[in-house]
Amino acid sequence: MSTTKILTRGLHSLRSTSTLATWNRSFSIISTSRNIPIASRPKIITPPRNCAASSSPTFRSFSTSRIQQHGHITPPKPGEELYVTFIDKDDKEHKIAVSAGDNLLDIAQANDLEMEGACGGSCACSTCHVIVLDEDCYDKMPEPEDDENDMLDLAFGLTETSRLGCQVVMTKELDGLRVKLPSMTRNLQASDFSQK
Amino acid sequence: MASIAKSRLCNTCLRQVVSRSSWLAKSSSMITRHSYATTSHNDQPFRMAVVGSGPAGFYTAYRVMSRIQQAKVDMFEALPVPFGLVRFGVAPDHPEVKNCQDKFEEVASSPNFTFIGNVAIGNQGDHFRGCTIPLASMMRHYDAVVFAYGASKDKKLGIPNESELRGIYSAREFVGWYNGLPEYADLAPDLTQGEDAVIIGQGNVALDVARMMLQNVDVLRKSDITESAIETLSKSRIKRVHIVGRRGPMQAAFTIKEVRELMKLHGVFFHSIDMALLPDELSKLPRARRRLMEILVKGSTSRLEHSDKSWSLDFCLSPAEFRGTPEGRVQNTIFERTSLSSPFDPTSSVQNLSEKLQIPSSVVFRSIGYKSVALPGFTEAGILFDDKKGVIQNDGFGRVLQTTQDRVASKSELTTLPGAYCAGWVKRGPTGVIASTMEDAFSTGDAIAADWAAKVQFLNSGENHGWEGLRTEVDEDACRVIRWENWKNIDKAERERGLLAGKEREKYTKIGEMLAAGR
Repeated sequence: MSTTKILTRGLHSLRSTSTLATWNRSFSIISTSRNIPIASRPKIITPPRNCAASSSPTFRSFSTSRIQQHGHITPPKPGEELYVTFIDKDDKEHKIAVSAGDNLLDIAQANDLEMEGACGGSCACSTCHVIVLDEDCYDKMPEPEDDENDMLDLAFGLTETSRLGCQVVMTKELDGLRVKLPSMTRNLQASDFSQK
Repeated sequence: MASIAKSRLCNTCLRQVVSRSSWLAKSSSMITRHSYATTSHNDQPFRMAVVGSGPAGFYTAYRVMSRIQQAKVDMFEALPVPFGLVRFGVAPDHPEVKNCQDKFEEVASSPNFTFIGNVAIGNQGDHFRGCTIPLASMMRHYDAVVFAYGASKDKKLGIPNESELRGIYSAREFVGWYNGLPEYADLAPDLTQGEDAVIIGQGNVALDVARMMLQNVDVLRKSDITESAIETLSKSRIKRVHIVGRRGPMQAAFTIKEVRELMKLHGVFFHSIDMALLPDELSKLPRARRRLMEILVKGSTSRLEHSDKSWSLDFCLSPAEFRGTPEGRVQNTIFERTSLSSPFDPTSSVQNLSEKLQIPSSVVFRSIGYKSVALPGFTEAGILFDDKKGVIQNDGFGRVLQTTQDRVASKSELTTLPGAYCAGWVKRGPTGVIASTMEDAFSTGDAIAADWAAKVQFLNSGENHGWEGLRTEVDEDACRVIRWENWKNIDKAERERGLLAGKEREKYTKIGEMLAAGR
């Protein structure tokens, strides 16, 4: 998508609803089948109720999105970005603007975060284990299915708010979500060894 | 272009991209992205040999190639085909578990990676028709070697008639057979002698074996299970599967996914377990154990009257003896009852009692674990192998240990052997799912990268050329070396065969067929 188009779409969402129709007509070329119909877009732009402790920015400059072209993540539309923060095992925070409908595994992989997804996101391993940091936010997610819980049971460092990244799909309710990536390599073997 | 090269592609995308010609360039920059170790010692790239091409080998290679810039990895595999237990161990009806192959494909597509298939290191295995390179010759050409060859043998029960009677198989043989492992291509297990199967051992492999016999064959038909296995399984007369363990449910090694699958099988009934072996209040158990026990208590979705097959978990029985027919076929297994010192403690010890019990056994599978063995040449190389545990002695991070003499104190001590590493089952024993092997391989990979960055001593200080140097000592044509592009030919041919049979792939089960298809 060209910069001009991003800018116009950003402006688009800033305009009042009365002018949306006109904008839509004149820029119909940017509409794709994935675009949400105008009518269903939020009419009043207010920070949605979400997972962020403080109000998460609904508007950000359009150029900050780090999302790159990728088969599985949709670049967020300006004004419709949801934010998710990954805290990696070195405690470094990565705040990422994403679209509703993308799952945490795809988001992490598209952004070069260290999350494996050995089974390709098919809920058959536990390598995309994440720990949801806010309990309220965890409660807003649909309950994990048996399959997911079965895999979580095998995850190293399981917590009360653990989920599999491939099963957590971003929604507006989850805007501001913060998740921790557990350390992948365990040091147990070394301590086992020293006891011998 | 630059942005694509920088991004990590997910597995599904990868499949689409892999076919593009520009992929090699992309993947090389992708793999070296996270580098923090220096490029080289004395400006030479890091050269590493990996023995074994299963998950442990590939995940270690992946980690090292991500962590050390321009690391060159040569992977040796005794068979013409890669992926180890992902191909030959993972159950055919668990195709999603095999998706980790996408990552391995990604690693293998790097120009810094060389696959050397049909070449064994040190050991001329049972199933081997390629060439064998002595360990010492190989080690001369690398900075480091990673042993990731897994567990190629299985444990024995050591009870009377185990080896004498027909109809007793190891789970390793059976699993290898239905997955097309050339070593067991001709196993032809006999499932027609009666209705009772006994599986000794209660790990996930035991449950896989049970599922193969209980599952509707038509479900398996679409998987990559071999055609001969389908034929044998469709003639099976087995109706009742006993999965027998020495200890109780609280000590069992199987995991919940595999149990749940069996509980959900249509027309397959689960005989309820002995509730005395469970604590009264399951809700107080830790999460994973609680969920597993709950599912055992809940039982199967199919009721007995609607089932034509059934299975049970028979706890607290220790195999004592096999008895056979006059023709020399197994007929019964004699067990001694056991007693748990602390039934609800997952680490409870167990003691045999004198009371005996007999279970009819038309066929028996021994599923009490795999075992790694040392490679010829370990002793000469100073590599310590723990025969009892079946692992290479290591420092817990995968650094191989050796014994060195401390002349001052005139005693021997364990030190790390420069440049020698291990990963996977040969490092920590034959347990765990792919995720645990991945974690384990990553820890070995991190140790290698840290050592390289710290400029510690490695195998050889001079210039190493890896396979390029080693191949001059090998008659490559006579060896029929399988490179990655040859494997891709085999892969393609297997998929085409599969297409005709309406399944994912039809594996070649003979080395000769693989070599012919790889040309």
